[in-house]
Amino acid sequence: MQQIRVLIGKEFRLEWRQRYALNGMLLYIVSTVFVCFLSFSLRRNQLTPMVWNTLFWIILLFTAINAIAKSFVQERSGRLLYYYTLISPQKIILSKILYNTLLMLVLAGLGFTIYTLVMGVPGQDMDMPLFIVNLLLGAVGFAASLTLVAGIASKAENSATLMAVLSFPVVLPLLLMLIRVSKNALDGLDRSVSLDEIGTLLAIDAIVLVLSILLFPYLWRS
Amino acid sequence: MTMKKNWWKALAVVIMTYVIWVGIMGKVPRQPILNESIRNVYFHVPLWFSMVILMLTSMIFSIRYLRKGRLDDDHVSVEFANTAILYGILGCATGSLWASITWGDPWPNDPKLNSVAVGMLMYFAYLILRNSFDDELRRARISAIYNIFAFAVFVPLIFILPRLTDSLHPGNGGNPAFGKYDMDNGMRMVLYPAVIGMTLLGVWMTQLRVRLRRLRDHLDNVNDTLPKAHSTAE
Repeated sequence: MQQIRVLIGKEFRLEWRQRYALNGMLLYIVSTVFVCFLSFSLRRNQLTPMVWNTLFWIILLFTAINAIAKSFVQERSGRLLYYYTLISPQKIILSKILYNTLLMLVLAGLGFTIYTLVMGVPGQDMDMPLFIVNLLLGAVGFAASLTLVAGIASKAENSATLMAVLSFPVVLPLLLMLIRVSKNALDGLDRSVSLDEIGTLLAIDAIVLVLSILLFPYLWRS
Repeated sequence: MTMKKNWWKALAVVIMTYVIWVGIMGKVPRQPILNESIRNVYFHVPLWFSMVILMLTSMIFSIRYLRKGRLDDDHVSVEFANTAILYGILGCATGSLWASITWGDPWPNDPKLNSVAVGMLMYFAYLILRNSFDDELRRARISAIYNIFAFAVFVPLIFILPRLTDSLHPGNGGNPAFGKYDMDNGMRMVLYPAVIGMTLLGVWMTQLRVRLRRLRDHLDNVNDTLPKAHSTAE
């Protein structure tokens, strides 16, 4: 447990030393939101909840892929070898997933704030707590599935393209569920309607989390 | 000797002959919109069943490769995935044909179709991933990891998600399953053997491709040792 804490601390320090990457991510999500805002410009109030919702999740998806893709690239291979002699691979992947979850939460929080600020909220009876729980589940799911894919892609040569190709189909079931739940939250539907979807979301999160932890030791060795 | 080892190929031929014969000539229940196209059940549905079986086998061989590290398991795994992709494409084609007759649209916006399309994307990504490595062992290991991951995501995609939404397919979104009313026992006598036959046929194709791959591998090894003599001679 303490090892994981140290590793997460290391991730934070690494991020802080390379602030341009973090700032780049923040700027990325802000400018994407702004591009959407300008593109819809005057017809902003004509946005249906459906479009609003889908647009938001697609922005988040691209930000997630960009943010998590670098989680293995920014470490030199010599350093990875050094970790290998010290701690078990499960702890490394777990700490990376936890760190990426936190990163995703920050990005999603910022994205959501700015998005609602400039695009407004469609509909009056939005179920905020449900929407936030959904964001949380999304952050965990994105972090868990994309971290392993980032690890896979970092082993190949043209990792940027590969990252996109490998991750889109893998995160799609997750994304569809997220969009559905947040649509329910936007429409202010009764929470019992979304229970099925939330259950599936939890199940998908659990599957990708467990698989990442099981498979990473093999990825590690190559 | 050969009979003992190859009986299943004979079985595949017998079953497939039976399925094609009875599937085209046999008696089928008359349904309002389906009409004669109901015969597609014998070909379209088994393709999907055996695709999932082949993908499962591919994943099992990937797990075996990760545990034992024998390169041969990787060859078997990728060929099973290839056959599964072929079945997937054929399944899409037969389904598309059927849909354009009964639902009036070759690619209706149906969750099951979309799930399958995404699943196919996943396996295409697997093939692209394989091609981006030069080192054989590295390629085998990393693509095995992705294969396991992809199958684990594919299962909820194809079995759980379509059941949560409205679908045109029977057995989804409140539609009764096939067994409920429009499938009689006579049809079942063809459908179930068809699943077995298609799977056996898939295994057979895979076996041939694996052998080809092994031979090519062997040839490469032989060539690697030979050309030195060649180049010095030139």
